[in-house]
Amino acid sequence: MSKLSQKHLLGIKNITKADIELIFETAQNFKDVINRPIKKVPSLRDITIANVFFENSTRTRLSFELAEKRLSADVINFSSSSSSVKKGETLLDTVNNILAMKVDMVVMRHSSVGAPHFLAKHIDANIINAGDGTHEHPTQALLDTYSIKEKLGSLQGKKVAIIGDILHSRVALSNIFALQKLGAKVMVCGPPTLLPKYISSLDVKVELDVQKALHWCDVANVLRIQLERQQIKYFPSLREYSIYYGINKKMLDQLKKEIVLMHPGPINRGVELSSDAADSHHSIILDQVENGVAIRMAVLYLLAGATG
Amino acid sequence: MQKKLLLDSDLLDITLDRLCQQLIENHDLFQDTAILGLQPRGIYLAEWIHQKLCKQLKTQIPLGYLDATFHRDDFRRRDTPAKAYETKVPFIIEGKKVILVDDVLYTGRTVRASLDAMIAFGRPRKVELLVLVDRKQTRDLPIEADYVGKYVDTIDSQRILVELEVQGAKQNRIWLINKD
Repeated sequence: MSKLSQKHLLGIKNITKADIELIFETAQNFKDVINRPIKKVPSLRDITIANVFFENSTRTRLSFELAEKRLSADVINFSSSSSSVKKGETLLDTVNNILAMKVDMVVMRHSSVGAPHFLAKHIDANIINAGDGTHEHPTQALLDTYSIKEKLGSLQGKKVAIIGDILHSRVALSNIFALQKLGAKVMVCGPPTLLPKYISSLDVKVELDVQKALHWCDVANVLRIQLERQQIKYFPSLREYSIYYGINKKMLDQLKKEIVLMHPGPINRGVELSSDAADSHHSIILDQVENGVAIRMAVLYLLAGATG
Repeated sequence: MQKKLLLDSDLLDITLDRLCQQLIENHDLFQDTAILGLQPRGIYLAEWIHQKLCKQLKTQIPLGYLDATFHRDDFRRRDTPAKAYETKVPFIIEGKKVILVDDVLYTGRTVRASLDAMIAFGRPRKVELLVLVDRKQTRDLPIEADYVGKYVDTIDSQRILVELEVQGAKQNRIWLINKD
């Protein structure tokens, strides 16, 4: 069967290992496509996709838009800052209005947890979650795990440390689900105030010392400090965070082993990653960005094609 | 299920030898000709023909695989999206003569999609089509093959089964099958 088990991509939690493998296999083909002289295929030419972003995004929205255009879909973009949401329209009304214009798929980012799940219950179009609050960001987890697989060959038994602001990170949660489904061992590392209270119930290791985490892992996925989501102070200062949890090239070189360094972007250079680490040979950060387009093409193609 | 043998191992070999001779007549030493096998089943025949030609001409001929899945015209008209396979074009298509190779020519839709997929790599000087089995009078599109292994009269409820040793079959055989 070359079909996903779900009609929507709401999160990694509710898709299967077979789904992830099918997406990877399809993404591999699309990666070939985007490296050709003509980077476009006509598969989605009669499909209209709305990118509905209730929260700021540069990378994810560009990546989705590029993936949609590479598949020849028609694309409309919507951002809440310039819309009637400001005038008091509800989420369901906004989306129903967009759908009344005959849209087939919705890619949505929203600051509220569960917003895409709510929509999926009420509307017919395929929905892809491009991040809902601090909950899930499935395509990011797919592109992260795909990038690790591409670099290391497989995820089975690999040790992956997710380092930084775990509490506010949808990337962390989606990554934990995806990594575990693919057989990797997961550790989270960060200051105690930025680790969710019940994180160990997800069967992940918890480490407070970043040096120990780096010694343990094959892959370090470093996350950004999400100041915009922090209403209270979780640590004294960025400078102090950087001293205790920032990663630089010297630390990586001292490990005397191969380590893969990842970051979902945007990087705060000098805070969680120093420039020399981010630009070092350990880093696969720009591969992640390239793979993001291929992964999103695969997800769009597989969801749009499953009409039965 | 009724089966009728169209080509056995020996006949298949003779047929492929003949196709190779026809190719040599038109392409001489294959100086600017490349072979492209159509995924998923045309690639085995393409490899086989390529092997025969290279042996006979004592030269290296460019060989590639082409997958037309993303260019098909039946997307969203079937229950599940078609599975894609690897595309590998390790040569410059621009200006080359290209021979597309597939096992069975039926509606012509795969060939149409393949032409689109191929043009994404450049503009070939000339494109030809080689098929092992041509199902006569079944075309949906105005597409015909330049080199044909065997013409077969079929009806819609029949299908052609190509069994090849490289794909794990016991012998190389081509069957006509009645679907019931």
